[in-house]
Amino acid sequence: MSKLSSNWLLMGGILVLALGPLLVLQGREFGATDGHFITAIETDHPDYKPWVEPVIKDSGPEVQTFLFAAQAGIGAGVMGYILGLYKGRSERRERDEH
Amino acid sequence: MKTRYRKWLSLGVMASLSCYILLGSATPVYAMHIAEGFLPVQWAIFWWAVSLPFFLVGLRSLTHITQQKPELKLLLALAGAFTFVLSALKIPSVTGSCSHPTGTGLGAVLFGPSVMSVLGGLVLLFQAVLLAHGGLTTLGANMFSMAIVGPFMAYGIYHLMLRFGNQAVAIFLAATLSDLITYLTTAVQLSLAFPALQGGFLASLFKFVGIFAITQVPLALCEGLLTVLVWNWLQKHGKQELQMLNVFEGH
Repeated sequence: MSKLSSNWLLMGGILVLALGPLLVLQGREFGATDGHFITAIETDHPDYKPWVEPVIKDSGPEVQTFLFAAQAGIGAGVMGYILGLYKGRSERRERDEH
Repeated sequence: MKTRYRKWLSLGVMASLSCYILLGSATPVYAMHIAEGFLPVQWAIFWWAVSLPFFLVGLRSLTHITQQKPELKLLLALAGAFTFVLSALKIPSVTGSCSHPTGTGLGAVLFGPSVMSVLGGLVLLFQAVLLAHGGLTTLGANMFSMAIVGPFMAYGIYHLMLRFGNQAVAIFLAATLSDLITYLTTAVQLSLAFPALQGGFLASLFKFVGIFAITQVPLALCEGLLTVLVWNWLQKHGKQELQMLNVFEGH
């Protein structure tokens, strides 16, 4: 198997793992892990009160979506830039060698 | 690749996929960053004290790398961006709950674990301040699990597996296991801070681990595959940098 086709296999695996659950469990609402965490502590230790509040409080799902998307977008942009730069550089080097 | 090997590979892929889909039971899940204020004061201070030295050592080796080999800065940014993206992605899992990968394995293998305690720590800081995800008081504990234990695990596994040859497998296992150990550490931290009234530490550890384990396994595998993908790319187009980092050593 060439390197290229094994990369496609990798991508396929990632897609199946990430999107498979959406197909299998259609229509169910997916919970967030961190929330369950808090409920677990609150049920088992009802006396415990969190002693600090977040610096910027959670402003609801819309703002959350924006911030998480921004985080992923910025990171992906940086990665794409660097990987593209590397690719261009190595292709140029190959051309110069021939 | 030999056809026989290929057959085994596709058989393995099919078998694991069917297992994966079969496991799709539905239980709520507890995992990842500990929320702001959800560690008692003494534990918050304790984990800060444990994590800080690692952070400082990491800072030193980070400045060392940028001064000695400034041409590696881009690769450093890549490793940072990789964790940044992955920790923003809450991926649905078979248990009907979402959780996110850590992405610290790649950087740990490339630059060593202590560098990742800085990069991972910065990601956690960003999420704690802007996203109300994690927290400043719990930053020490979250850093310990995601930016210290995870990367050290990845580094150790990578160099251990390298002795048996296949590099892609070594990378895959390093990334996958570092993701899992991160969650395991979080479970330990929470059980220490909140031992069950009956059964104590072990009982609550069992509970926490039992619940997140199945959710996290597919995500960890996902992270492993992604890391190998980026690794393949780097091997093709960033050979110079990889040689400079002597990641192939360790035999």
